[in-house]
Amino acid sequence: MPQARAPETRADIAAGPTPWPLPLRLIEALGWLALYIVASLGRFGRFLSEAVALVFIPPLKLGRLAGRVYFIGFKSLTIVILTGGFTGMALGLQVFLTLQRVGSEAFVGPAVGIALVRELGPVLTAVFVTGLAGSALTAELGIMRITEQIDALMVMALNPVRYLVVPAILAGLITFPMLTAIFDVAGIYGGYLVAVILLGMSPGTYFGQMQTYADMTDVMVGFWKSLCFGVLVPWVCTYKGFHCGHGAEGVSRATTEAVVLSCVLILVFNYFLGSVLP
Amino acid sequence: MIRIQGLRKSFGRQEVLKGVDLDVATGEIMIVIGRSGGGKSVLLKHLLGLMRPDAGAVLVDGVDITRLRGAALEAVRRRYGVVFQGGALFDSMSVFDNVAFPLREKTKLRPAEIAQRVEQKLEQVGLQEMGSKNPAEISGGMRKRVAIARALVTEPEIVFFDEPTTGLDPILVNTIHHLIRDLHRKFRFTAVMVSHEIPEIFEIADRVAMLHDGVIVETGDAASLQASPNPIVQQFIHGEVEGTHHAA
Repeated sequence: MPQARAPETRADIAAGPTPWPLPLRLIEALGWLALYIVASLGRFGRFLSEAVALVFIPPLKLGRLAGRVYFIGFKSLTIVILTGGFTGMALGLQVFLTLQRVGSEAFVGPAVGIALVRELGPVLTAVFVTGLAGSALTAELGIMRITEQIDALMVMALNPVRYLVVPAILAGLITFPMLTAIFDVAGIYGGYLVAVILLGMSPGTYFGQMQTYADMTDVMVGFWKSLCFGVLVPWVCTYKGFHCGHGAEGVSRATTEAVVLSCVLILVFNYFLGSVLP
Repeated sequence: MIRIQGLRKSFGRQEVLKGVDLDVATGEIMIVIGRSGGGKSVLLKHLLGLMRPDAGAVLVDGVDITRLRGAALEAVRRRYGVVFQGGALFDSMSVFDNVAFPLREKTKLRPAEIAQRVEQKLEQVGLQEMGSKNPAEISGGMRKRVAIARALVTEPEIVFFDEPTTGLDPILVNTIHHLIRDLHRKFRFTAVMVSHEIPEIFEIADRVAMLHDGVIVETGDAASLQASPNPIVQQFIHGEVEGTHHAA
């Protein structure tokens, strides 16, 4: 790689090192960007690996874990039931009207059930919980960072990852599958409300066909996805809070980044998990 | 004893510490003074092991803490108590729980013993009635006192104070300083305080060090510092606008 020309005269020295030509500067900038991305990914991965290691190294902070389960799980319950119900209703309506054109409205039940259990349940639950609890988690940790509360934990010889990150990740693992299951049930009954009660379909057909075509494999796909998102969302949100910038602007930027990155990763992982899982 | 040797730290192109050398004897109150933004808090963060220097060492009883990680660094920090500039109280906990937190997490004391020690510490800082309050419900001066109680509740050997009186009125400044002096007389901890409360700090300091432009330019007891012929020191302690310092 060519080196910048060494200064030869006093004027050269005063002017500082000769700048690279523009194409080389672009390559240099690209190199810095690549290094920045690799370093960020490294920090991101190391953050999770430390948290995972601390899950298996006692003591586990059960009180904080219970608090996080309440915070992520119980406080998200209303929004999950509400959104699940309306998602199922919209799905039931559209699937019914579409299948009616080809005379196959009997398949509304399995269509709604499989779509919810395999795809919409885990993805939408994760997205809503990110907006509700994930953003709050990032803001909380961000404020703890800028007010030196995380530093205070460190100088007390206490590991802040053990106190703040491990309970959040474990709570995600516990609550996401449960919330997804609740979303699925609310959605299936939302579809039932529209297809059976409003549009006059037989209840036996709705649930009977669902039992025939949807099986345990579909349920397990949704379960593994929700488990994966249960780690992913707290991981991203606590990482962003932990490494937020200065002041209120830093916290607000970290919160936005946490929500956006979580949502993007949920959709990316959903596709790849959907491809890999049976 | 704490010994700082040739400590250097840069952020990007800005060199904040340019080779700091300082000794703090066991049991003394050392106060580091200097202008705001002059690197005092950065120096303190190196002493706490929260930052790693570009060069130099921080020796705590002969152990270089800049090279320690994990459990070894935690072992040194168990000897520390720290009062942060803003208090750094956990806002999700009450005043009582904030002070009790280090005891609950770092000792095997029974709840009754913890309660007794917390109440004793809150009484020493004059806040015995405030245990049930949330940090957001008490004044800035009270928060500083709670932070002092929390830092001292484990009876540490070394206590660090990061501008413990910044933003307080003159009466509260003196109250906090007298409190630190009284607690120091009682518990004989080694104290390192970062402050720019001139001349109040001269009443409690055993020695004062002036940090200027990334280096320690003067060290000595209060009287010798006040009599120093160094124009930088004189300008700072008299708050003169004209002189070696440039207004920010």
